[in-house]
Amino acid sequence: MKAIVALIPILPFVGFLVTLLVGRRMKHQAHLIPTALVTGSAALAVAAFVWVHEHEGELFHYEPLAWITAGGPSSLWPGVESVALKVSWGFQVDSLTGIMLLVVGLIGMLVHYYSIGYMSDDPGYYRFFAYLNLFMFAMFILILADNYLLMFLGWEGVGLCSFLLISFWFRRKSASQAGKKAFLVNRVGDFGFTLGMFLIFVTTGTLQFTGVFEAAEAGDIGAQTLTWVCLLLFVGAVGKSAQFPLHVWLPDAMEGPTPVSALIHAATMVNAGVYMVARSYPLFIQSEWAMVVVMVIGTFTAVYAAFIALTQTDIKRVIAYSTVSSLGFMFMALGAGAWVAAVFYLFVHGFFKGLLFLCSGSVIHAMSGEQDLRKMGGLRRKLPLTFWTMLIGALAVVGVIPFAGFWAKDEILAGAYSYSLTVWVVGIITAFLTSIYMFRLMFLAFWGESRADEHVRAHIHESGWVITIPLVLLAVPAALLGLLAGLPPEAGWIHGFLEPVFFEIEHHEFHWVGAGGLLMLVSVAVVLAGIGVAYRMYVRDVEEPKRLAHRLPIVYRASLNKLYMDEIYEVVPIRATVSFARWLWMFVDVKLIDGAVNGVAALWAWAGVRLRPLQTGRVQDYALDVLLGLLVLLVIFAWVWVV
Amino acid sequence: MSALEWWLVLSALLFCIGAFGVLARRNIIVVIMSLEIMLSAVNIALVAIASFRTGVPGGGTLFALFIIALAAAEVTVGIAIVVGNYRHQRTVQADRFDELKG
Repeated sequence: MKAIVALIPILPFVGFLVTLLVGRRMKHQAHLIPTALVTGSAALAVAAFVWVHEHEGELFHYEPLAWITAGGPSSLWPGVESVALKVSWGFQVDSLTGIMLLVVGLIGMLVHYYSIGYMSDDPGYYRFFAYLNLFMFAMFILILADNYLLMFLGWEGVGLCSFLLISFWFRRKSASQAGKKAFLVNRVGDFGFTLGMFLIFVTTGTLQFTGVFEAAEAGDIGAQTLTWVCLLLFVGAVGKSAQFPLHVWLPDAMEGPTPVSALIHAATMVNAGVYMVARSYPLFIQSEWAMVVVMVIGTFTAVYAAFIALTQTDIKRVIAYSTVSSLGFMFMALGAGAWVAAVFYLFVHGFFKGLLFLCSGSVIHAMSGEQDLRKMGGLRRKLPLTFWTMLIGALAVVGVIPFAGFWAKDEILAGAYSYSLTVWVVGIITAFLTSIYMFRLMFLAFWGESRADEHVRAHIHESGWVITIPLVLLAVPAALLGLLAGLPPEAGWIHGFLEPVFFEIEHHEFHWVGAGGLLMLVSVAVVLAGIGVAYRMYVRDVEEPKRLAHRLPIVYRASLNKLYMDEIYEVVPIRATVSFARWLWMFVDVKLIDGAVNGVAALWAWAGVRLRPLQTGRVQDYALDVLLGLLVLLVIFAWVWVV
Repeated sequence: MSALEWWLVLSALLFCIGAFGVLARRNIIVVIMSLEIMLSAVNIALVAIASFRTGVPGGGTLFALFIIALAAAEVTVGIAIVVGNYRHQRTVQADRFDELKG
């Protein structure tokens, strides 16, 4: 088990180094080493998962090497002692890690396969695989870490890879801008995470999960401090998991290649925030306020992103907003105390959202790079395999029984219902909107007549088997995982599996109503109604959306323009920052600093010009100077002696 | 005023005359001569102080003897430079001695 855990991150890292060094020379074989190593990692991840499953969630801990040792008694000044900081490359595996390993390992592997086909004629082929492997390494470190600092290392690592891969086509201005945006917005969140870590260390003197949680359970952290810790950590989660108001980077991140969107921006990295909050469960559970904040932000983001997704025309952006909305759903569940439901949703969401992205990639591939839904249509017969797999993904995301999303979504809604009726209503509205925009996408892309240009239409073809096989392999869990893990509702396999992590759930103050009859019926009815509305608007009567947009212009424009979030950011923080930076540049740097440096130089130059005539070269002038100097000295001495 | 002070006044007057000559005259030979006057002025002061204050006639005289020897050496070098430069520039005007100025 030790070797397994250590090798899981090491393999992709080796792949990254090797590909970076020799990838260029391997040309179109550059995928061989990275895919093989990631397949190995995925197999080991499954092995680790099986180990956890057999040991019933027992915590496996392995600390191969020390990393940072600082502080403690001072050798310079005896008696002076600072708090000792000890951080190691320590890994821990429990059932939560096991689930994450499964998601990251399997989807990562399939996305690697898919990329072989999708990126085949890209000049940056080897670079792409190198980055993907680096990402896998960082993501595994993030989920395997046994302390906050190592987790943060992985956290920043995936952020870096996200940046590199969003701006993978860096010659395109919009792509490099999107990468920069993702990096900067994430920096805001990471700042919160860092502060949270500082606060944890200052209060508990350790960053090790077990140590911190023990301190929290023993009540060594004051209630107020604990709330601040949770809120600061949550700021990090908000950035990484694209929650309001730091969600703006995720839709723009769609500038990256589609496999990246599937792997990083749907199935793995964006879940890191949810994972971190779930991992910090013993902290959050004690802070009512932090839980409320998590719940409110999550609920708002869920409905807000779903509302925007209704009118987006870029196929990937619709799915991106759907991801933001789903992540909001998970935070809603976490905040409402339905921890297992949140992780369950994360688990299945990784598969079906990854599937949806890969399918949309297949569609884009077939449409010669066209991403605009308005120019698609009628692809059902041309791309049968993509259509059927994407339909499974769509049914899973909207939550039609018995697809995976249904069971997880239903548990979240049940949790929301037992928390508060209002939250449940918002959740149901989100589910309704989700089914509308998801099937709007499906109907626009696959039904009706083709609206593509003549030469694009001529080239529409089903993708090759390297692309379609991952689709099929992902469609299976998207369809069945919910049945396997979530049946019977509220007491499925996943509940038992995660019990060691969320140990207090059962006898905590959060009461479960159970997902029984009525709630389930309501949610299914709402989803079917949403699909019906989409069918009416985008298949039966295609003029209806226009009329509706005409009748509700404000609502339509608000959704189309993403509720003007980008514009608000443009006006308030961005313009202020840019003008502040300009002031620093034009005034502080150019005027003050350069002015001081140049001024000193100019002063000496001026003084030199002025003093040069003294150097006449005539001995007698120098003698006069000597005499004058002597007189000055005499005056000074006389002054000193007299006074 | 005591006798010593008279001697010192004489010495100061000679020093100032010498200094004026060094600074104001243009002929380098005269400048060197003026320099000798300044040295002699110092010698007078030394000898006067030595014989009036210490009572040991030898002490101050020794200094004076050193200075006379140094002055002789210095004049030798100085005149040699002047002669050398005269061959080169055909002049002994002190303000033309600025060939090395950058």
